[in-house]
Amino acid sequence: MAQTPVLPRGFELPLEPRLPRIGSVDAVALEERAATLAKRSIKKDSKLKAYDLAVRMMDLTTLEGADTPGKVAALCSKAMRPDPVDRSIPPVAAVCVYPNLVPTAKLRLEGSDVKVASVATYFPSGQAPLDVKVTEVREVVAAGADEVDMVIDRGAFLSGRYAKVYDEIVKVKEACGAAHLKVILETGELGTYDNVRRASLLAMAAGADFIKTSTGKVNPAATLPVTLCMLEAIRDVYDETGRIVGMKPAGGIRTAKQAIQYLVVLHETLGLRWLTPDLFRFGASSLLNDVLMQIRKQKTGRYQSPDYFTID
Amino acid sequence: MSELETRHSPVPALTEWDYAPAPEAREIVQLEKRYGLFIGGKFLKPRSGEWFASVSPSSEETLAEVAQANEKDVDVAVKAARAAFDDGWSKLAASERAKYLFRIARLLQERSRELAVLESLDGGKPIRESRDVDLPLAAAHFFYYAGWADKLEYAFPARKPKPVGVAGQIIPWNFPLLMLAWKIAPALACGNTVVLKPAETTPLTALFFADICRQAELPPGVVNIVTGDGSAGAALVKHAGVDKIAFTGSTEVGKAIQRELAGTGKKLTLELGGKAANIIFDDAALDQAVEGIVNGIYFNQGHVCCAGSRLLVQESIYEATVAKLKRRLETLRLGDPLDKNTDIGAINSKMQLDKITELVESGKQEGAEIYQPPCRLPEKGYWFAPTVFTNVAQSYRIAQEEIFGPVLSVLTFRTPEEAVEKANNTPYGLSAGVWTEKGSRILWMADKLRAGVVWANTFNRFDPASPFGGYRESGFGREGGRHGLEPYLTFEDAA
Amino acid sequence: MSRLPVKKTYKLYIGGAFPRSESGRTYEAEGQNVARASRKDARDAVVAARKAVSGWAGATAYNRGQVLYRLAEMMETRAGDLGAVCSGKREVEAAIDRVVWYAGWADKLAQVIGSSNPVSGPYFDFSIPEPTGVVAVLAPEEPALGGLISRLAPVIVGGNAAVVVASEAHPLAALELAEALATSDVPGGVVNILTGLREELAPTLAGHMDVNAIDLTGADGAAPELERLAADNVKRVVHGTPNEQSPWTISKFLEIKTVWHPIGQ
Repeated sequence: MAQTPVLPRGFELPLEPRLPRIGSVDAVALEERAATLAKRSIKKDSKLKAYDLAVRMMDLTTLEGADTPGKVAALCSKAMRPDPVDRSIPPVAAVCVYPNLVPTAKLRLEGSDVKVASVATYFPSGQAPLDVKVTEVREVVAAGADEVDMVIDRGAFLSGRYAKVYDEIVKVKEACGAAHLKVILETGELGTYDNVRRASLLAMAAGADFIKTSTGKVNPAATLPVTLCMLEAIRDVYDETGRIVGMKPAGGIRTAKQAIQYLVVLHETLGLRWLTPDLFRFGASSLLNDVLMQIRKQKTGRYQSPDYFTID
Repeated sequence: MSELETRHSPVPALTEWDYAPAPEAREIVQLEKRYGLFIGGKFLKPRSGEWFASVSPSSEETLAEVAQANEKDVDVAVKAARAAFDDGWSKLAASERAKYLFRIARLLQERSRELAVLESLDGGKPIRESRDVDLPLAAAHFFYYAGWADKLEYAFPARKPKPVGVAGQIIPWNFPLLMLAWKIAPALACGNTVVLKPAETTPLTALFFADICRQAELPPGVVNIVTGDGSAGAALVKHAGVDKIAFTGSTEVGKAIQRELAGTGKKLTLELGGKAANIIFDDAALDQAVEGIVNGIYFNQGHVCCAGSRLLVQESIYEATVAKLKRRLETLRLGDPLDKNTDIGAINSKMQLDKITELVESGKQEGAEIYQPPCRLPEKGYWFAPTVFTNVAQSYRIAQEEIFGPVLSVLTFRTPEEAVEKANNTPYGLSAGVWTEKGSRILWMADKLRAGVVWANTFNRFDPASPFGGYRESGFGREGGRHGLEPYLTFEDAA
Repeated sequence: MSRLPVKKTYKLYIGGAFPRSESGRTYEAEGQNVARASRKDARDAVVAARKAVSGWAGATAYNRGQVLYRLAEMMETRAGDLGAVCSGKREVEAAIDRVVWYAGWADKLAQVIGSSNPVSGPYFDFSIPEPTGVVAVLAPEEPALGGLISRLAPVIVGGNAAVVVASEAHPLAALELAEALATSDVPGGVVNILTGLREELAPTLAGHMDVNAIDLTGADGAAPELERLAADNVKRVVHGTPNEQSPWTISKFLEIKTVWHPIGQ
């Protein structure tokens, strides 16, 4: 006769740290919380500190069919020296370009601290066979990209093929080698915050170094509530497993005021530890000049004109 | 490559990011040294000859002196209200009455920043709350009830509603101007005139409201404001010339008023204390639920009758919830009410601070475990750090008595039935919160909870269209909505 | 030497703007040249109304009430001008007060017209009123201002957008009202006003497949034919009087939606 098994002491099963509870997100409450955080009034020194950090966190981006080596070279100059008049303004975190422009960026940025990030995996749609996408990742890494911004297969996600989404991220992460991987969820296509949370947890489980909101090609792109939702997922993963993942809102962040709101949301959700370009980036282009204008306004007390800031 | 471009910038995480002070300008408020009683459209000196200071609880400075009304003063006020009622207000075409109320609503909107600053100065609540919650709601109440003034026959078909006459209204210090709006708007809409006694520690926005009545060209005597301590309120309750009393405040005083009015035939509504349960199920959207807990007990420093002062959390998510809650408390900012970044303002008075302190001590004595985030309390003023008690038994004083401060008691439950049982196990019955993603459970809980207001997946939400009021010792009568008209009317069917 | 005044050009009011008729035509009314709207103008007005509905219906009832009150504020300021194009001060004051009356209904309708329904079974069942959508209004010929307001206010307070055919003989009051609308916070497209020949405009609107309801108070003898046209997309057909004032007038332009949800653990 079979013997009843002896239960482990304390009846606690030895489980590996695993994914946090997937759970749901209440949209009304989430949006309200984001709106309340946006009301924080950041002034004087704390404002300048935030602006400085915002510059250092920027991934200066150009992702157009019309991008040329000339255009990218100019962007790289801007990235290394954002404000020709004010030497105290630091360089940005990275320049983000299409695969064909990686060599130009690499050359122009050599010797500086500014990283080269490349989009890959058939950006922005992701609607191509996996082997094509993985090959693209290998090639941009070989060309010298420090960071890879991939897109998830939203078609697979929205039709419930979560395993496919997961496997693709795992394979892309492998192909990245030493390059760090940002996974773009394209939150504007996911429909609900519940889906954003699911996709975030999935991406982090599959090995993402960063989770990113958008390609910038779809409206809506980054929003404060979506960012808050993703940061809460990051927090839960950290609490459950100890893993630290970064976050990047991209697209639709045009003003310095908005940038500060994002930093407040970050600060009051994940704390000081995440307030570094190693764990938070802004995917933006016109944002930089607005931040520079606001810095100069803070320092001189006078409202500025765009004429005094270079367009690269 | 230029030297500028090769210079390396260090990329450390921030070691600190202290938000600089962001004060709302207080110059927008012009305070007189002294305010008399607002009776018959004028400011009168009190017959008592006595004045007392209204103090700012965040700095202990005296803001102004206000009058102490005695029985004679109350008598003069009631007579003025009666005269205004008889002479015209009750006979005025209802649509004209409505237009006065619309004017008042507009004026509240126009002067809302000024009044919000004054409210924060006088009462201690953060400017963000007075600016974004108290003032907009106060204006909204006048807007809403203005619209009912000439539509009463639709609210009470076939009942031929008429005003009661003169209403005596006594309000608390936690939402001074908003409570004034909750009282005066429906009363006037129904054709009554009023004598209102604001709380002793927060008379100033009521006195500024008197000026708004002047700007609206409201006929004199329709609204009368008599300031003073509890004795002025008692005089108003006892006065034979008052047809109806509306009281918001402590259960203890509410009972005393009910005793006083026994046998007099005067109409009465009471909005008293509470010890609301905020119930979190394991399928709740947890981060949002934690925000709801925080909003439920720390909004307005917990000086809220419907505050979610008891957290009932399903045992399976107890650890996770308490961990998230404690971490969330660390980002609450306590300080100057006029700072736009302040989340927790001052405790309204020394007396209230002592009461909170005593109850918190009892919690520790009885064996509950206390947690308070690190918090710098300013030197002057009355302050209490946000507090959570775990390991709380249902019988502890902190789980039974209304603390009216930023103190939360955490208890657990296993099943919906048990949650209902614990939530209802109180003589109070004002409000309750339910957090779950399951619709049918929300409705089931709402059905079973003995509370006048049930919030599901939200908390501390108010709207002039939504009736508010309690069961049992939390009072009777409703404010807001169509139901909020009833206390201020008499009907042909004499119900 | 006396001063020559600048004469006003009377145009249509569509989508918050004042275009001329696309047909370029005018007709003479009250001694003025007034735009003579064509079928295409009516078409454009319906497009503008449809575009405005989701925003207006989606606004909070409180917001709609405040916007209508603001309309009353703007009308009060223009009381003199309005009085000059209708029967006078009494009509204007009554019209303004009527707007205020209806403004106050916005956030109360659901409490009087809606209900929670005690079905037998463990279900929560509630009924709420919702706007029907785009409403065509044939304004009564008289009173020029009061009749228009009496038919228009109940339509828009409930969240609908309106395409109004103004009184043919006395259109100026409607256009004066359009100026008050344009300076209040009523979003463009919520009210559209067409001036012109009723016999040209009414059938177009009555037969328009994207109009949800039609108010025939000002239709007089033409009503039967218009009602036949309205049947093609099951329009709600409403008959009223130029002077009524009631929440049940509002409800004629509202749908009732009933929702069920189980009650259980």
